[in-house]
Amino acid sequence: MALDADWAERWVRRTADAIADAKDELTELDRQIGDGDHGENLDRGFKAVVARLDDAATESGPDERTVGDVLKLVATTLMSTVGGASGPLYGTAYLRAAKVSGRPQIDPPAVVAVLEAALEGVSSRGKATVGEKTMVDAWHAAVEAAEAAANDGGSEVDVLRAAAAAADTAATGTIPLVATKGRASYLGERSAGHEDPGARSTALVLGAAMAAALSGPTPADPSSAA
Amino acid sequence: MTARVALVLVSHSAELARGTAELAAQMAPDVLVRGVGGGPDGGLGTSLDAVQKVLGEVLTALADIASVEGGLRESDGGSDDDRSDDGRSDDGGVVVLGDLGSSVLTVEAVLELDESLAEHVVLARAPFVEGAVAAAVTAHGGADLTTVLESANASIRMFAAIEAAQSPAASGTASDDGPDGGPDDGPDGESGSSRTVTVRNPLGLHARPAALVSRKVAELGATVTIDGVDASSVLQLMALGATQGRELRVEATGERAAEAVATVVEMIDGGFGEV
Repeated sequence: MALDADWAERWVRRTADAIADAKDELTELDRQIGDGDHGENLDRGFKAVVARLDDAATESGPDERTVGDVLKLVATTLMSTVGGASGPLYGTAYLRAAKVSGRPQIDPPAVVAVLEAALEGVSSRGKATVGEKTMVDAWHAAVEAAEAAANDGGSEVDVLRAAAAAADTAATGTIPLVATKGRASYLGERSAGHEDPGARSTALVLGAAMAAALSGPTPADPSSAA
Repeated sequence: MTARVALVLVSHSAELARGTAELAAQMAPDVLVRGVGGGPDGGLGTSLDAVQKVLGEVLTALADIASVEGGLRESDGGSDDDRSDDGRSDDGGVVVLGDLGSSVLTVEAVLELDESLAEHVVLARAPFVEGAVAAAVTAHGGADLTTVLESANASIRMFAAIEAAQSPAASGTASDDGPDGGPDDGPDGESGSSRTVTVRNPLGLHARPAALVSRKVAELGATVTIDGVDASSVLQLMALGATQGRELRVEATGERAAEAVATVVEMIDGGFGEV
């Protein structure tokens, strides 16, 4: 089962749900080491994405979308609606991912390419590298794990499962780190002991990608209800 | 006549953007300066849509101006609806300054998203206020995009320059221009000229007069210093902190050195219309 545009849409909708559920947690993490708006900002952004997907669903006929079409819609919407740094960061991640997924379906190597492009977008836009207590830590771990899974001949689900698990571990792994990039770097040593909110939200995003691949279209899913 | 390079100032705060634009525009009235700030919900933050919209508007305005003024020079096309591509093959464009982290990220994202903008828009790495002022004054003189960008970026060195100028070693007539800026190098021949003049207007060499002097110096083409600092740099002139009654040494080298010194002395002595 290759992953298609419907999967991408399920991914995005599940991400919106996951972010909404974790909004307070993310905000609390960000309040400790940042400016306390990460949960609010992302929640607003993904709610706007879902609204646009709903609009698109009512007006389009037979589904000829590519995976990239969905991801690009996410990119532009997040950039427009998230006022903080996470808007351009996630926006660029989805934008770069969209550029390498302009096809109706993507196979395991292409899933790796999507994750790589997202990582590249986040690290180049944020000018951050691994170990600086940012979302790059989670994206980087996800890409490495996804590559390994794909090289082992894993399915799309295997690749995404590996990526999601690695991102989750990496997010937890940011707790002892001292931030050297982003708002948390103003705290210096005091940033140690707190999980980076961007790394945590990245783990949520990739967890949703896996869940969307596992679930397939379900009657409860609005994207396939019509 | 309007400068071919415009400025867009992107801040987290709408008021900061507006105020900085106002300041820069006052010092460089021929330059199109726009501020844009505030998040999508109107609070602190930056809005990609707002930045993109302003950049588009400014480029359109520049293209309109160029087509009106360029229509006199070469009239083969003649149409004025062919915006942004025509018009600005003349090294014009937009220099953007951002304040803190995410406004810079937002501008970069806009340029990645909209390649038609990226062709004519460059992002400076400069302190917000100082960079805006320096860029505006440089653009006012008709400079091209690269020169205006360099002017903005150079403004970060101002802080070091101010410290150097205020250090005890640099008191009196400063020594930016070589080892032998001696006390008595009067009008000695064709290559150098020097005179002193007293600041007369009550507020001294503040922003507006500094901008007037630096623009005039850039126009004259000679290398002019005032108390050792580069007189074509509005920021360096302001950093002199020259108040009423201070005696300034105006020196110049180059082809029309004497004329340049006379012009600058006359401006300062004239009190900039404030006496």
